[in-house]
Amino acid sequence: MTIYDLTLAELRTKLDNRELSAVEVAEAYRARIAATDQDVNAYITVCDESAMAEAKLADQALAAGEIAPLTGLPIAAKDIFNTAGLKTTCASRILENYIAPYDATVIARIKEQKAVITGKLNMDEFAMGSSNENSAFGATRNPWNLNHVPGGSSGGSAACVASRQAAAALGTDTGGSIRQPASHCGVVGLKPTYGRVSRYGVIAYASSLDQVGPITRDVRDSALLLQAIAGHDPADSTSIDTPVPDYQATLTQELTGLKVGLPAEYFIDGLDEDVRRAVEQAVATYKELGAEIVEVSLPHTSYAVACYYLIATAEASSNLARYDGVRYGVRTDQAENLIDMYMQSRAAGFGAEVKRRIMLGTYALSSGYYDAYYLKAQKVRTMIRQDFLDAFAKVDVLLTPVAPTPAFTIGEKTNDPLQMYLSDIYTIPVNLAGTCAMSLPCGFSAAGLPIGLQLIGKPFEEATILRTAHAFEQATEWHKRKPEF
Amino acid sequence: MTQPYETVIGLEIHAQLTTNTKIFCGCSTEFGKTPNSQTCPVCLGLPGALPVLNRQVVEFAIKTGLATNCQIAPRSIFARKNYFYPDLPKGYQISQFELPVCEHGWQDIELEGGESKRIGITRIHMEEDAGKLIHGDTPEALGTSLVDLNRACTPLLEIVSEPDMRSADEAISYLKKIHQIVVYLGVCNGNLEEGSFRCDANVSVRPYGQAELGTRAELKNINSFRFIKEAIEHEVERQIDLIESGGKVVQETRLFDSNTGMTRSMRGKEEAHDYRYFPDPDLVPLVIDDSWIDAVRSSLPELPDAKRKRFIEKLGLPEYDAEVLASDRLLANYFDACVTHAKEAKACANWIMGEVLRKLKETDTLIGEVPISPVMLAELLDRIADNTISGKIGKTVFEKMWQTGRGADELIESEGLKQVTDTGAIETLVDEVIAANPDQVAEYLGGKDKLIGFFVGKVMQASQGKANPGMVNQLLIKRLKGN
Ligand SMILES: [Zn+2]
Repeated sequence: MTIYDLTLAELRTKLDNRELSAVEVAEAYRARIAATDQDVNAYITVCDESAMAEAKLADQALAAGEIAPLTGLPIAAKDIFNTAGLKTTCASRILENYIAPYDATVIARIKEQKAVITGKLNMDEFAMGSSNENSAFGATRNPWNLNHVPGGSSGGSAACVASRQAAAALGTDTGGSIRQPASHCGVVGLKPTYGRVSRYGVIAYASSLDQVGPITRDVRDSALLLQAIAGHDPADSTSIDTPVPDYQATLTQELTGLKVGLPAEYFIDGLDEDVRRAVEQAVATYKELGAEIVEVSLPHTSYAVACYYLIATAEASSNLARYDGVRYGVRTDQAENLIDMYMQSRAAGFGAEVKRRIMLGTYALSSGYYDAYYLKAQKVRTMIRQDFLDAFAKVDVLLTPVAPTPAFTIGEKTNDPLQMYLSDIYTIPVNLAGTCAMSLPCGFSAAGLPIGLQLIGKPFEEATILRTAHAFEQATEWHKRKPEF
Repeated sequence: MTQPYETVIGLEIHAQLTTNTKIFCGCSTEFGKTPNSQTCPVCLGLPGALPVLNRQVVEFAIKTGLATNCQIAPRSIFARKNYFYPDLPKGYQISQFELPVCEHGWQDIELEGGESKRIGITRIHMEEDAGKLIHGDTPEALGTSLVDLNRACTPLLEIVSEPDMRSADEAISYLKKIHQIVVYLGVCNGNLEEGSFRCDANVSVRPYGQAELGTRAELKNINSFRFIKEAIEHEVERQIDLIESGGKVVQETRLFDSNTGMTRSMRGKEEAHDYRYFPDPDLVPLVIDDSWIDAVRSSLPELPDAKRKRFIEKLGLPEYDAEVLASDRLLANYFDACVTHAKEAKACANWIMGEVLRKLKETDTLIGEVPISPVMLAELLDRIADNTISGKIGKTVFEKMWQTGRGADELIESEGLKQVTDTGAIETLVDEVIAANPDQVAEYLGGKDKLIGFFVGKVMQASQGKANPGMVNQLLIKRLKGN
């Protein structure tokens, strides 16, 4: 038995049975990270000492019989989550020495269960990117092929879980930032419904789209981790006060009679042949499992990317105004005056893609352009949301590819931002609609890179997509493959 | 020959609310604490922190809206006003732009000559205040600035009027009305010096008869009623001079300097703002249903205008008295409580406006701390009304009540201050005084009627002020004429 190959659920059993201690688990991961992370670069901060201390506390709790679902389980967090006493950089120069004074609500929730936080994970700076190449601390590499990107922006989270550097990770998804890297790294990524998980303490990229979710080895673990972080938080006005169901309880229900919709607009030219084949194979599997396949239409899909890049960047241009060098973060000491201080600090602190999006968003909100860009985008967003509601009147879940291609190579799209933006074409509409979706492994390309399947659910129907995903996982072996690494 | 110009003024009033905690976090709003001691991740604008709306702020906004005849929006939204400044931790201020909480209100003001004029209130919206910059003034600290964020995120109401005022006096009158209302409602302490109640004035001029408005200047930084008048008058003069000399007024922000009484332009980078307002995605739309509005409405106190009207119409007070007594909520409450226990409203008014206010001033006491309760004052006034004591003795009793906190009846009894109304006893004193002053009696009888005052004074003196002055007067005349 290799400790770092075990899932959360398997570890839970072994910790509960005293076959393993939390300290042993933490040590196994420490060794694994030390052995592999110079290649993968999934971590920005590795929590050697604090993880060991947390593991000891978890062992004490286990000994005392005070066992929560996550007690002693090694979990890593994207460096977008505030973690008290730890560096929280958002992969940006501007926060490179920023130590958070408080915990994000989701961090507080997993800490309360005495999970062991193994470290803070690499990402695209301020979650802006689809390849993890926009990190101020070096690109993360895809464990399936180190010349390829892991996807982004939660690329560190997906690569970390795929390379067995943590049993699970927390990511955030604004336009596909959990699902697309999960797909590229052959792991399971879940983006919950907007409002399902608290955003308090999560560094904001685009507030109306950001949502926290788990990245795990399999679907059961996804349910387990979602269970721990979901639920209303009075500190986040946009979190919804609606009961959280028991996700494990319905996981194994049969799919007979389930209506699975295939949006016509998602199976078009530009979709990689390997991806198409894998997704069609998945459709066949669902038929065998008793699901009814229905063709549906999401007519406004082609506007989603443009709509997203107006709304997300508009919000970001305002969200990132606080990084001004006044209270924390990078501040130039060369400035002649106040305006100079702002300009130099921000010029030095932000990377190129962040600057590009701040400019784009500032433009979209500027007087004279607001109506034509921001307001128009909001109207389109309403139509896209309506598309989903109409489709969900006919089906229970939607089945689509996650990304048009498997992971591309490092540097392949860095000079073509538009091409990069299009890699989120299948994930972005879900964020605009505010509903839930997940990515799970459904095959491999000829080159041996993982391919993901996207299941999109009705708002607050995470249980349905988890169950749908679990049935597929039980019927297939894709999730059992590990990178040779 | 100067062409006649009409002045047009609109006011933007910022009232800092008296909630215990800030508008979007749980930090205290107490004034004067150690810099940055009343802060948290939210009001410091730390990465990841999110705002949560303080319900009491909404309640205060509804109150103010109802008191100024506004429509309360069933659904309103918060917006971000984006600009960079070191006292603004998030790089944006959370305010309201489209869909403010209150709209379409009005407030009547009284013009000279008793006429009343209606000033439109465009909107009232909620927003957060910024922090404060402290600029180094010692040689070592020169050129450095420190930021205190204790005030950041404290709640403000911005009350925006229509450009309905036509003179500085009208503007002052309107401003005082709004000031009185927010203080009455208890939503703002009204302190101008501390900046709890601030005002910007949009001022323009146009030739009489011209329909469209002239280009306006926004006057900022005015922290007293007097300065507002000065600032507006100076600005009107400046604009007229400019136009007369062939110049053009430019739309700009001007700062009032209370030392020179002048306004000066603050044109420059800080003014060239495009605030890029957009709905704040961190806050959900604010929904206010009728039952909430009704609950707030039923908690509203009687407002100054209504009170004044009642004092005049129901209690028969002169306009001046009604105005003075209604001007302050606690004073009015004191008066109302006194009236319910006393026989005469006018006497209550006279005593409160005279003795009570004088004493408050003398002893630097607040109306809430007066040692004589309204019931006690009513008792004193009744003793004067029923002739137990004279008005003059009443003042002595009042003084003793203030000092000791004892009741009027008790003091009159123990100090033996009861008025002498026994005819026989007064007659004795009258006879004594007549006998002792034969010269004056002769003069009186010779036609010097005025001397009656002299005799009354003597008798009162002899009675140690306790004789009923009316009876003394009557008996004196009777005796003198009878002689
Ligand atoms: Zn605070």
